[in-house]
Amino acid sequence: MISAQLPALQVVLPLFAAPLAILLRRGNLAWVLALAVTWIAFAISLALLVQVLDNGPIRYFFGGWAPPWGIEYRIDALNAFVLVIVGGISSAVLLFAGPSVRKEIGEGHQHLFFALVMLLLTGLYGIAITGDAFNVFVFLEIASLASYALIAMGKDRRALTAAFQYLVLGTVGATFILIGIGLLYAMTGTLNMADMAERIHGIHGSRTVLTAFAFLTVGIALKAAVFPLHYWLPGAYAYAPSVVSALLAGTATKVAAYLLLRFIMIFGADFAYVAVPLGAAIAVLAAIGILIASASAVFQNDAKRLLAFSSVAHIGYVILGVGLGNASGLTGGILHMFNHAMAKGAVFLAMGCVMLQVGATHLNTLSGLAKRMPWTMAGFTAAGLSLIGVPLTAGFVSKWYLVTGAIERAWWPLAVVIVASSILAVWYIWRIIDAVYFGPPNPAAEGIQEAPLIMVLPLWALAAGSVYFGIDSSFPVAVAGKAAALVLAQMP
Amino acid sequence: MTESWIISAALLTPLLGVLAIAVFRHRPNLREGASLVAAAVLFALAVSLVPGVANGDRPALILFEFLPGISLGFRVEPLGLGFALIASFLWFVTTVFSIGYMRAHNESNQTRFYIFFALALGAVTGAAFASNLITLYVFYEALTLSTIPLVTHNGGEESRRAGRVYVGLLLGTSLTMMLVAIAWIWILTGTTDFVPGGVFVSGGALLFGVTPGILAALLVLMVLGTGKAGLMPFHRWLPAAMVAPTPVSALLHAVAVVKLGVFTVLKVTIYTFGVETLASFGIGRALMYLAAFTLIAAGIFALREDNLKRRLAYSTISQLAYIVLGAMLVTKIGAIAGGMHIAAHAFAKITLFFCAGAVMVTLHKTKVSEMNGVGRIMPITMTAFLVASLSVAGLPFTGGFWGKWYLALAALDSDQIVMFLVILGGSLLSLGYLLPPAVRAFYGGPRNQAGPGQATVMAGEARWPMVAAVSLTASISVLLFFAAEPIFGFLDTIDFRGF
Repeated sequence: MISAQLPALQVVLPLFAAPLAILLRRGNLAWVLALAVTWIAFAISLALLVQVLDNGPIRYFFGGWAPPWGIEYRIDALNAFVLVIVGGISSAVLLFAGPSVRKEIGEGHQHLFFALVMLLLTGLYGIAITGDAFNVFVFLEIASLASYALIAMGKDRRALTAAFQYLVLGTVGATFILIGIGLLYAMTGTLNMADMAERIHGIHGSRTVLTAFAFLTVGIALKAAVFPLHYWLPGAYAYAPSVVSALLAGTATKVAAYLLLRFIMIFGADFAYVAVPLGAAIAVLAAIGILIASASAVFQNDAKRLLAFSSVAHIGYVILGVGLGNASGLTGGILHMFNHAMAKGAVFLAMGCVMLQVGATHLNTLSGLAKRMPWTMAGFTAAGLSLIGVPLTAGFVSKWYLVTGAIERAWWPLAVVIVASSILAVWYIWRIIDAVYFGPPNPAAEGIQEAPLIMVLPLWALAAGSVYFGIDSSFPVAVAGKAAALVLAQMP
Repeated sequence: MTESWIISAALLTPLLGVLAIAVFRHRPNLREGASLVAAAVLFALAVSLVPGVANGDRPALILFEFLPGISLGFRVEPLGLGFALIASFLWFVTTVFSIGYMRAHNESNQTRFYIFFALALGAVTGAAFASNLITLYVFYEALTLSTIPLVTHNGGEESRRAGRVYVGLLLGTSLTMMLVAIAWIWILTGTTDFVPGGVFVSGGALLFGVTPGILAALLVLMVLGTGKAGLMPFHRWLPAAMVAPTPVSALLHAVAVVKLGVFTVLKVTIYTFGVETLASFGIGRALMYLAAFTLIAAGIFALREDNLKRRLAYSTISQLAYIVLGAMLVTKIGAIAGGMHIAAHAFAKITLFFCAGAVMVTLHKTKVSEMNGVGRIMPITMTAFLVASLSVAGLPFTGGFWGKWYLALAALDSDQIVMFLVILGGSLLSLGYLLPPAVRAFYGGPRNQAGPGQATVMAGEARWPMVAAVSLTASISVLLFFAAEPIFGFLDTIDFRGF
């Protein structure tokens, strides 16, 4: 039965597509291959989510070796949801990638580019799907190395320094995670997450466990660009090729945030929220990060850089939800991974369209562009409204849950931060809208036309999703609610 | 209930209007025709609901549940129906006026203008019929967003700046305060529905976990969060929005947008907090004084403003404060008076804006100091202006009288002598800022006529659609004086008490 092998295929397909893309040697062929694989992987992730929702968690023993000898893939509502996010975003972005890569990546490098994208997806799917702690580290490195190289392929020379910064900090983060996993292995004698979670219960008081927790949290926070460890992100997103910005913004940090949740589950919510006040600590950091990153976004003059700072702020919302540690907060946080992935993916795709047609995303360049690229800008506006959190967009739903969670815990300052940052979001999104709709036409953009349909279509799909899931949010809310319940399962 | 289909139809009409306008974008006559038809249908639908609602029917409709436990739902009650009636009727009149204005002014992007106009009216309809806070909030924000392209219609640096102030203040207040208040109410009471008598009391006592202090905080968040009500210090968006074409200022910034603000204040006072609940804990005093301050301060600003449209904007802020003041007196009469003032002020203020627009396109005058002699050239327009000014001031034999009369009664009833004086003082101020343009128009010497560029042949009255519109709304401003009893009776059927 092929359906029984879906968990393996989820990771193996893109993994094998990567060398195949290199063998094809032609950018266009590699694109078609990558596109096909991405869409199949998306379909697999949807099938897995349906299976999980119908029949409960899936356990898959790789190569038929039962744990603790073999590697186990374990899929529950939480990581099935993350798989769907990765699948959905990458499907949209890859469709968009054809013309964009042809323009932004050198002739001889295009097939390599798609090979790297496939490796990145392998890593992201792998981190999300595996039930083995060391396996997490392996996939994390695959995804990270692929993304360093992808960022470095940006046309702007500053992409190189950005990639190097990310390389240094990302490696520090990965090392921290490895140390954490090593300490856990030393204490529990297993790398299987489920076994770890069982055995760790009796040794909560141990200093080594506490140290492992600290290393893991800091390492993951670095990868997720949680304030104040976000330094690498704005540059990386701003100077990476458009496809990479959209892909990373929609998936990479979400997967890192997922990892944080997963390790909270391993340590137990009672440990992470009660014994160690991690919740309060990261919630406060997230709140400060939201404010500072949003305020920084307001003062950026390059649209991509502006949106990158907005990403840091929105990761803050996800982490804030994790920090709240109650059902509403966690639901809001997990839901926001999904909602923000769509909205931010869409706005970065819009910037990709601009990049293709105009060649730069400085606010002055964007001036008056709505007349020339009405469909792109309409899609941008819809997704931008979701970033602000206007009602009847998806962003509103997740913020509603976050605010409710904050008020339920009586953490008033956090509730205020969530809403106050919406103002800042209005401000920075409005700066772009103001420029494209009301700015005087940019003489350099004379003769510019709408981006090709194949690029506008995925942009609109993501923007439409941002609106649709704000009107009928029952499905993502139900899944996120289930995932939140899993995280809180051990709460006393 | 069988009438629920009328609600769906009313919500759908403006959207169908948008479609028709878009389809006929190259045929201006059909395009404006579509606007007129949509407005007429919407008004007819609202009228058809009146008899039932007056008899105590409350038709309801739930569209869908968009968060567990929170649905996009509608329930028609007298206050909201009254608001919908006014808005839809004036949409029709404004469209007639716009046909004259937009063409005389050779405005660009007229299709976009009519489309967003229809969208804005759709948002107003949804908000007027909303059955819970979330639905009201959704349409409140939808109105803000759909009016942005109208405010910035002219383009250029001034429009951009106005757009920034408009978006910043309106979204800023609602996102930070109103939304928090709604979420808090949801957590405290488990509902966001509008319930007769309010949601905080059950069996004569406050719900568990609710204290008068929390109630007061919620009321402040809710009322200040309603930026559209124009309470100081969140009023600056309204004068800024005056850069918009006059029909926008007339319908949206004298009727739809600002009235949605005070409507929201009245609605939450009556149906979320409950007038009796607020009164029994003496909550609302601070906001009442803020409204009184706004009333007087905006009146003084209006006196000093030379630009006619901006003067009218400050006058609107001052008149809106009357309605907030009426709500914050937390008496039944105060709330009804607020409702009556919504109606009377809508007709009077839209007349004033129509007149200002007619003078602007016909004689290119935008300042009070340039109004000398205009009355002799445009007698009908300026007579309408005079009548509407008297109605805004609340003199007898105009519709504005009754709202202020009952407000004054309500103030005396609750021993608020200071408020009583404020209400009278505000009326005097409004005579002070509205009479000078009218007096100059009729009695101002022909001195200004000799100015450069003015020696040309005198233009006559404005185009007929504009004259027809001002005559109609001015006449209704007078008629409302004689129709006070049915209006009062209708608003009296609001369910102030829980069952």
